[in-house]
Amino acid sequence: MASAVRPAAVAMRHIHKRFGAVHANRDVALTVCAGTVHGIVGENGAGKSTLMSILYGHYRADGGEIEIEGRPATIRSSRDAIALGIGMVHQHFMLVDTLSALDNAMLGAEPHWRLRPARREMRERLDALMRDTGMNVDLDALVADLPVGERQRLEILKALARGARILILDEPTAVLTPRETAALFATLSSLRERGTTILLITHKLKEIMTLCDAVTVMRGGQVVLDRAIADTSLDGLAEAMVGRRVDGGRGDTPDAVPGDVLLQASGLGWTDALGVARLADVSLALRAGEIVGVAGVSGNGQSELLDVLAGLLVPTTGRMQVGARHFTPAHWIDPRQARDLRIAHVPEDRQRRGLVLPFDAWESAVLGYQRQPRYNRAGWMRQRAMRDDCAAMMERYDVRPRDPFLRSSRFSGGNQQKLVLAREAVREPLVLLAGQPTRGVDVGAVRFIHGRLRALRDAGGAVMVVSSERDEILALSDRVIVMNAGRIAGELPIAQCSEHALGRLMGGAGHARPRTR
Amino acid sequence: MSQPVELPRWMDVAVLPAVNLAFALLMAGAVVALVGFEPGQVLGLLVKGAFGSKAGISYTLYYATTFVFTGLAVAVAFHGGLFNIGGEGQAIMGGLGAGLVALAFGAHLPAWAMLPLMVLAAGLFGMTWAAVPGALQAWRGSHIVIATIMFNFIAAALLSYLLGHALKEPGNMSPESRAFAASARLPGMHEALAWLGIAWPRTPLNLSLLLAVAAAAGVYLALWKSAPGYALRAFGFAPDAARYAGMRPRRVILASMAASGALAGMVGVNEIAGVHGRLLPDFVAGAGFAGIAVGLIGRNHPAGIVLAALLFGALHQGGSELAFEISGFSRDMVFMLQGLIVLFAGAMAQVAAPGLARAWRLVSLPRGGRHG
Repeated sequence: MASAVRPAAVAMRHIHKRFGAVHANRDVALTVCAGTVHGIVGENGAGKSTLMSILYGHYRADGGEIEIEGRPATIRSSRDAIALGIGMVHQHFMLVDTLSALDNAMLGAEPHWRLRPARREMRERLDALMRDTGMNVDLDALVADLPVGERQRLEILKALARGARILILDEPTAVLTPRETAALFATLSSLRERGTTILLITHKLKEIMTLCDAVTVMRGGQVVLDRAIADTSLDGLAEAMVGRRVDGGRGDTPDAVPGDVLLQASGLGWTDALGVARLADVSLALRAGEIVGVAGVSGNGQSELLDVLAGLLVPTTGRMQVGARHFTPAHWIDPRQARDLRIAHVPEDRQRRGLVLPFDAWESAVLGYQRQPRYNRAGWMRQRAMRDDCAAMMERYDVRPRDPFLRSSRFSGGNQQKLVLAREAVREPLVLLAGQPTRGVDVGAVRFIHGRLRALRDAGGAVMVVSSERDEILALSDRVIVMNAGRIAGELPIAQCSEHALGRLMGGAGHARPRTR
Repeated sequence: MSQPVELPRWMDVAVLPAVNLAFALLMAGAVVALVGFEPGQVLGLLVKGAFGSKAGISYTLYYATTFVFTGLAVAVAFHGGLFNIGGEGQAIMGGLGAGLVALAFGAHLPAWAMLPLMVLAAGLFGMTWAAVPGALQAWRGSHIVIATIMFNFIAAALLSYLLGHALKEPGNMSPESRAFAASARLPGMHEALAWLGIAWPRTPLNLSLLLAVAAAAGVYLALWKSAPGYALRAFGFAPDAARYAGMRPRRVILASMAASGALAGMVGVNEIAGVHGRLLPDFVAGAGFAGIAVGLIGRNHPAGIVLAALLFGALHQGGSELAFEISGFSRDMVFMLQGLIVLFAGAMAQVAAPGLARAWRLVSLPRGGRHG
């Protein structure tokens, strides 16, 4: 390869990007040699997606410069990026289900204003590309009928047909089966042979090791490691990705004394509409007086697990027992039953689920509990009780401003979260399922929320915390379950939870306690 | 990103609609002038026709009664996140329900039993006619807008068929039922006021007006004070949050449509029991569709709907008066004005909001800033 004389395909320098108080990219530099596969790894919120969005023109950087193939470039929109030969395959495909594969590849870049010649030309172009790369897509099939792997190939072809020489793939294997993954890697290798430069965003370290020539590791908006694959190891990457353990405020909290099993689930599985198993063979028990942390890079089945346990999603397989009640997929628990069994749920998406944003705070403060006799007299709402309780919750959970009549949407994120947590925790549930309890919450509120969750545990509740914040998992949990690709990759008592072990499990690099294969 | 504009509540409720109405009037005035009439005179006559006499007021209120029912029907569905276009058909069915009961039992039952029965039948028929599309959406995924539109046609066809065949009065050339017995006729306002010793001209205005006021109050209480109303609004605003809260989407959709249909069915009480005293075609005359505009302009709040219904009633009545008073003035001009009001106060309701917000900020900022 003549990459020594070719200029770098992508060179980004001193890239800065802020979103409000969040510094998503801080003086980031990225150099990608032409004709190589370059991995970009990092945890959620490390800034890798932001960086790629800047490269593809979705965002504009606050500062810094970009060179594409040796020439300074200004990228204002994805149109600019495409003109520069950059293509992107999003994690969620940008395809129209009701159009054929051919029409999808053509959409927005029709080579002719009349459809018939445009189709003919595009078909020739795609056929040539498929011959060259060994990719295969049924061009006449409707996208809705294509399996996931083929859709992804279509996305790649679409980008190449638009003249992409630099291809960005965002978590391409997240939706693929192992077999499809292998096929994708073969394709990517052959594209590299042809001289295409590939940027691979992933959190799966094994993939980086098998496919990439070089890797850039990001953490907290900065580049922490940037080197050739030959000079790195799986362990080195895991450590770089995670960084040193920060004291999450665990302090000297006493060890938990787990009691009775309050909720037991086994063999939970859920397959989505595309036939992808998003949850597979998940078994867990939640005990009184214990906080179980569910760790993992987001999108690995944690959300689905939470929804299944809360009754919002009916699993395809598995069983669950709460107290004396048994549930099977045919008769799964529903949210109402869950609350009656004193299972409380702090949803991951407080804006869409946890609150009704146009409601006054007091109305949101009883959401889910509106049927309780305390709030309901023969179908009429006892608004006085609702408002009083809301005021009390605001007082106890320090929700600011303490105004039950303020619209839910007018509170800041942290205060919204405190209100949701107050509502769910104030009745001292037996089981509390908390999804991302401190996402987007300021530091003070984080400590407060953690304190409340611990208090609930100490009062004999079973708490399950799903979080993509590793610090949070380490600060709160008594036991950690790590999820990867919809399965439990491993389960560790907190004492054995090194950053390193967690990082490996999250990256799918190994099973601490091998489960059924 | 288009941030929703935050106006103080009183401006949102009072000032914004007034500004929109003013725009519509200005625009209509321009058209009136263009056609060669005097805008001031036309407006004067319109207002005088609608509110200038006891009879005028009565007619205005009579029209408004119907619009309150259909407007509330739209609002109740809207709060549940559903767009009920089927007010027209549900009103027809309401009239049919009231009419069938009147024809069947009118001769045997006294008024105190007959009239509530007619109200009940009107409500039930309208309810059923809305519940079917509701159920189709909830269980089968058909779209409520399409289904309710189609049900309008079915209702109209059904009424025509029945009036042409089974219900047709023998010997009568027009497709109408026979007149109801006296016990099945809702007293007119002039009769009711006469009992109280007040003289009032004879107009179509009848006791349905009280029913409409009660319905508006009832809708307010149901939506904002009752538990089912809470569920309905939660579902309309945030279906995901409603599901999270253990509400059952299908039931909410069904209940919301049923209540909506029952309200639209009340039009049958006003028109069939209150005015015509017999079943006849076309008694709804587009009021179901006007209800969409009324709901829109009334911001889907009962108080707003009552005001918007009054406005539309006044336009209806004032318009007929205008066509009477000014030779060559077509009633179509009034429809144009209605259209403009719908355009400005409904479709473009938020257009003036950013300007108002800016003006408000300019006025309010110097005096001690804003919180938050």
